[in-house]
Amino acid sequence: MDDQLKNEEHTGTSRRSFLKKSSLITALALTPDTVIKAAEKGLDEQIASAIETMPLSVTINGVKQSVRIEPRVTLLDLLRERLHLTGTKKGCDHGQCGACTVHVDGQRVNSCLTLALTTEGRNVTTIEGLADGDNLHPMQEAFLEHDGFQCGYCTPGQIMSAVCCIREGHANTPDEVREYMSGNICRCGAYSNIVDAIMDVKQGGKKV
Amino acid sequence: MNQFSYVRVTSKESAIAAMAKDKAAMFLAGGTNLVDLMKSGVTGPERLVDINNVPLATIEETKTGLRIGALAKNTAVAENALVIKHFPLLSQALKAGASPQLRNMATVGGNMMQRTRCHYFYDSALPCNKRNPGSGCGAIGGFTRMHAIFGASDKCIAVHPSDMCVALTALDAVITVAGPKGERKIPFGDFHRLPGDTPEQDNNLQRGELIIAVDIPFNQLAAHTHYLKVRDRASYAFALVSVGAAMQIKGGNIAEVRLAMGGVAHKPWRLKEAEAWLKGKSATEENFRKAASMAMANAKSQGGNAFKLTLAPNTIVEALKTAAAQA
Repeated sequence: MDDQLKNEEHTGTSRRSFLKKSSLITALALTPDTVIKAAEKGLDEQIASAIETMPLSVTINGVKQSVRIEPRVTLLDLLRERLHLTGTKKGCDHGQCGACTVHVDGQRVNSCLTLALTTEGRNVTTIEGLADGDNLHPMQEAFLEHDGFQCGYCTPGQIMSAVCCIREGHANTPDEVREYMSGNICRCGAYSNIVDAIMDVKQGGKKV
Repeated sequence: MNQFSYVRVTSKESAIAAMAKDKAAMFLAGGTNLVDLMKSGVTGPERLVDINNVPLATIEETKTGLRIGALAKNTAVAENALVIKHFPLLSQALKAGASPQLRNMATVGGNMMQRTRCHYFYDSALPCNKRNPGSGCGAIGGFTRMHAIFGASDKCIAVHPSDMCVALTALDAVITVAGPKGERKIPFGDFHRLPGDTPEQDNNLQRGELIIAVDIPFNQLAAHTHYLKVRDRASYAFALVSVGAAMQIKGGNIAEVRLAMGGVAHKPWRLKEAEAWLKGKSATEENFRKAASMAMANAKSQGGNAFKLTLAPNTIVEALKTAAAQA
């Protein structure tokens, strides 16, 4: 690799300048006037600063986070790509599967359809914030005990949704649980065990 | 998603002013439909005016009914004690829609503004007069299982996807909107449009106007109410056909009745002729069946949705029977 880089430098097309040029071309194809103006001056750094970012302060799992992000960043992408909280999963990315379910001010929402900037000043809880240190949340324990998953990809969303299902008072019967968990799809088909896990936590009476 | 700029406003005045400044701007409320459309490349606003912090989320009793703020969340409306007491049809319809997560995000105003779920509208590789006026309709002659049986045109056969709007149409709700020229009121049935030659216009909201509230007048219909939604799975799917029915029954006779359908037209579909015929009649299955036949008089199949010609009247009868049977 080093030799190759040296060769490129000799021929005048270094890897770095190639990347600069290719990112310029991409930027020109996709971005508004401000960026094109920056690009005309030929500096990547100006392109970066021309893409509008805005400040966001949001409390995530009890920790206040202050970041600058583009308006188009979803809460899901902020969590996963920026803050590296990868417990929250990206399934369909269109609000149809529930894998991205998190709590915003205690309410379960699809983080894939939530623009991160709309969470300014709010409290977000993800699957990483559910356990109490090394002690799993009762819902996490129940999913383990009842084998409420196979591949596990939908599980963080299922658990976040299940906690709210009980908190909202919608876990009185298995039928009610099925209705109020309908926003979380499990392609492995672990539904019956998921319902068992939720009913077990509800009947156990532990605080969720 | 394309880039856009973002501004957060905290009053309806600043919201309207921000919209007036930028012709390519759109309001952002719950975002459950708009963000999805932006991801799919169907809609590409250059600026979003976030109205989530505008204080328009209250639900209050007025002298003549209930006033529901445009930014009240679907969950908050569905579970509100006043709504459940006076307008159970609205609560039932809201709970039949979407998922708990989406209902926690979605607002009353946004629900009215949501766009069709026609697959041809969402697929930007295909022609669609609603998405790209003049490009043609991919759905006509295509896969039409979800499409309209009432009021369609040769430009568009899409349906409005909302459950909430079916209830609000039946309940004679009135919408208040505000714009640069002040406030105006729109009867709910006049808000959404049939496709005609301009399917790109879903409704009669003018550019720059903001939905403020919905007023529902008190009625005597709460005792006999049923929202029946038929769909491809038990929950969390759009309606093939839905029916909102509400009646006042006195001594076995129908003193007043409201009927509206979802999943059958470009707008929530009120059945006024069937209502007028039922008024004063006895609440029997035979009369419900006749009213349902009357409601289907102008129904037209697109081929793939021919089953709706049978499903729709059966759903009307079943909704009326269930509503009538309530104690």
